[in-house]
Amino acid sequence: MTVGLVVVSHSARAAEGIVEIAAEMAGETRIEAVGGDGRGGIGTVPDDIEDALVAAGDVGRSGNGGDSGADDDPSDGVVVLVDLGSAVMNAEVAIELSDVDAVIADAPVLEGAVNAAVAATDPSATLESVREQAEAASEISKV
Amino acid sequence: MSEENERASDEHADDEREDGEAVVAAVEAVAERIEAERDHLTDLDSAIGDADHGGNMARGWAKAADAARDLEDPNPETVAKTVGKTLMSEVGGASGPLFGGSLVFAGAELADGVTAETAVAFAETYLEKVEDRGDARIGDGTMVDALTPAVHTFKKSVEVDDLDPLEALAKAVDAAERGVAFTVPIRARKGRASYLGWRSVGHQDPGATSTLFLLEEVLEVAADRLDAEVPETDASSPTIPDDTEAEDAEADEAGSDDATPEGAE
Repeated sequence: MTVGLVVVSHSARAAEGIVEIAAEMAGETRIEAVGGDGRGGIGTVPDDIEDALVAAGDVGRSGNGGDSGADDDPSDGVVVLVDLGSAVMNAEVAIELSDVDAVIADAPVLEGAVNAAVAATDPSATLESVREQAEAASEISKV
Repeated sequence: MSEENERASDEHADDEREDGEAVVAAVEAVAERIEAERDHLTDLDSAIGDADHGGNMARGWAKAADAARDLEDPNPETVAKTVGKTLMSEVGGASGPLFGGSLVFAGAELADGVTAETAVAFAETYLEKVEDRGDARIGDGTMVDALTPAVHTFKKSVEVDDLDPLEALAKAVDAAERGVAFTVPIRARKGRASYLGWRSVGHQDPGATSTLFLLEEVLEVAADRLDAEVPETDASSPTIPDDTEAEDAEADEAGSDDATPEGAE
């Protein structure tokens, strides 16, 4: 079982930067970055988030030439890290519209992504364990 | 296929096309109205928000009307979903998922066309999605304050008062208008206006206002398609609840856990 991650930010560059940092700790875990309003501005688009969910949820199937691989190492779902406000709503809409089993972690987006990346490398990781670790990031004290 | 079945299915296809065309006409009317109210909505939003509601909604609905017009097979479900998807990607901010996302999900209720029953189901799903997505309830100073009385009034008018759908819709619009007025004297608890705390009191909510415009245009188009006048009406119900029936209903609801409703004796 594998858990994928999606990082959603109002800024595509912020999402990519967060993924860049989290990927340092992520081993083989699939992490997708998604953000921006699709016109080069600030915002999020449910359709784009849905595509990212599918890409992140496809872990373990990609190497099997497609149709035969569905039950080899099935994905255990996707944990979604979000920044603010409407990004949360749009991520919810995308999850409802997609067939991917995904949950939003109620966590700070950068710290949560790093924690989730570490947790996802555990061979016994589940959707719940990764979400819990992401949410534990709310407790991190910096000074 | 027998001739009779064929005729029935032709009629069904005709109905569906007519319903679909009516929905496209409603979307076009909404787009025009929102464009006409763009500055009004922006003014409302600049008082308690970030002054982008008019522009965002006008852009989104203009694109949505284009997308609806371009559909090859505009049945009601497809139109609602297409418009919802377009609003989600074009409106931006919280209004995108609230107006657009809710429409995508509610649109599924129109799979069998537009009837009084499917319209009630559509309205209820739409309200439920807006409430869940925005985590807002009535009294929070949001579009929920316009939607809830509209949806409740529409449902009761159809299901209990047995009014024709056009009159039910006219009552719903009146209810929404009262709901919009209700957002003025209360403190916003959700959305950007809530950041203002007590300073949000005395201001009309832009999202509730645009929701009312949507409903008004749907009513106009519905009346137009039915060749009827928009009925003069208000949100009050013509029926007085019958005490015996009300007690029966309460007893039915309480039935499974053996509770006797207070005051039922």
